[in-house]
Amino acid sequence: MGQKFLMKGNEAIAEAAIRNGCMHFFGYPITPQTEVSAYMSKVMPKIGGTFLQAESEIAAINMVLGAASCGVRAMTSSSSPGISLKSEGVSYIAGSDVPCVILNVMRGGPGLGGIQPSQADYWQATKALGHGDFQLIVLAPATVQEIVDLMGTAFDLADQYRMPALILADGMLGQMMEPVEFPEKKEAPAGAKDYATTGTQGKRKPNIINSLYLQAPVLEQTIRDRFARYEQVKQNEVRVEEYACDDAEIITVAYGATARVVKGAVDMARAEGIKAGLIRPITVWPFPTETIAKAAEKARGMLVVEMSMGQMVEDVRLAVNGRCGVSFFGRTGGVVPSPAEVLAEIKKLAGGTN
Amino acid sequence: MVFKRISILTGHYGSGKTNLAVNFALDLAGQGKPVTLVDLDIVNPYFRSADFRELLESRGVRVIAPHYANTNLDIPALPAEIQSVFHQTDRMVILDVGGDDAGAIALGQFAPQIRQEDYGLFYVVNERRYLTRDVESALEVLREIEACSRLKATALINNTNLGEETTPELVVSSQGFAEEAAHKAGIPLALTAAKRELAVPDAYPVEIYVRTAWA
Repeated sequence: MGQKFLMKGNEAIAEAAIRNGCMHFFGYPITPQTEVSAYMSKVMPKIGGTFLQAESEIAAINMVLGAASCGVRAMTSSSSPGISLKSEGVSYIAGSDVPCVILNVMRGGPGLGGIQPSQADYWQATKALGHGDFQLIVLAPATVQEIVDLMGTAFDLADQYRMPALILADGMLGQMMEPVEFPEKKEAPAGAKDYATTGTQGKRKPNIINSLYLQAPVLEQTIRDRFARYEQVKQNEVRVEEYACDDAEIITVAYGATARVVKGAVDMARAEGIKAGLIRPITVWPFPTETIAKAAEKARGMLVVEMSMGQMVEDVRLAVNGRCGVSFFGRTGGVVPSPAEVLAEIKKLAGGTN
Repeated sequence: MVFKRISILTGHYGSGKTNLAVNFALDLAGQGKPVTLVDLDIVNPYFRSADFRELLESRGVRVIAPHYANTNLDIPALPAEIQSVFHQTDRMVILDVGGDDAGAIALGQFAPQIRQEDYGLFYVVNERRYLTRDVESALEVLREIEACSRLKATALINNTNLGEETTPELVVSSQGFAEEAAHKAGIPLALTAAKRELAVPDAYPVEIYVRTAWA
């Protein structure tokens, strides 16, 4: 147990990454995640790490590919428009089977959009952060403390499954300040990264990190092997929080900072005698399909709340598979829903299905 | 009263400058003084004193702020209107500067005008901010701010807090840190600020205006 400090989400991400053995950061500033770069630029030179402000997001993600190929823990961070620029490199990293951690502090889109919080990159994060058949592990913290706790998980899972892990945050979470406590410093596990290009010392064949396979059957097999690993991730790595769900008739589903607004609304509904609950996916890929399917057996209805026009709601509908109604409430473009608005939606549902 | 006609709030970002600036401006206005609050923060588009324009103006505070988050440009420009504070010498001025040396750059261009007056440049510290958790790191940030703003700090403000988890004991226990920092910087400790409800003896009582979306 250490001392508590007041930290911004973005700073906590940076410090937690360093504490989990990430000594190589490549970035490019963009609101609302610039404090990650700023923090790394201040701290990395003092501890012998690498902070590099690249000439572009595309350069930064390819530097991560290079560093990760050498077997070290590497990271980059950006916000929505910058993540789009990184998508080519992310696909290359996935196709090269090397681990890394990427942070997206989402802001309003599309295009340059805005600089206020958003969750409109859910589809991009969970379905297609780049071309080709691949997935990322996507973790969606809801508090600054959870960011600290999940950074280690992100690096560990990325290493274990040799795939990129994405921390999906939003401007609210990146900018908010909350008291946090850091767990004891943990060295990166010295596990054998036998794929790493660390020099052969004349004792083995050179390792080659590559995502190009010109023989179609070889590429197909490589992808099938990768997807076998994704199945393992789906089996073992789903993380989800259930809040007041035991006797809940109306189940809300929300992730990230939005889940805190919704939790407030659930408490307000409970105070008015409405049996409401919240399912909060902590991993949005792998998605907590089973938890939601099980809850749908008993629920009268579900309400998905997002800071978007409705993206995760599709995964919820697939999980529910018609067992109960699924409605959606969202604010977008940088507007944060209020607990009162969400409460009104819960009430509509509670009244409407009586 | 520790305030000069021109009072400048600088510090590590997240040290609580904006909340203090809003408090100071409202307190001065409450005493019947004409006061102008200038939001000089060109670094952080979130949590700015301009967010409290309505409240401030309803209590008679004049607000000057860059057009920033409401425009299509990610690049803020400081309004020429800021020049008026150096001419309206019957008004008190609170300058809320952006965090760290990056924020202090915006202050530098006004240094020649500020130096012509008996100004107060307050360096705000919070012992519970991770990068300024010891006296040496706090002083390093101060030196960077002074270099960028081309102005010297005249006093220190202790704003140590842990957000909603702040206790009176926490504030009291930070006193030693603040006194040592002030002593080593060769400036007085002007005041220790604490949330009014905490009722910390001898502390400057503040309201919390910067709040979260779900509170």
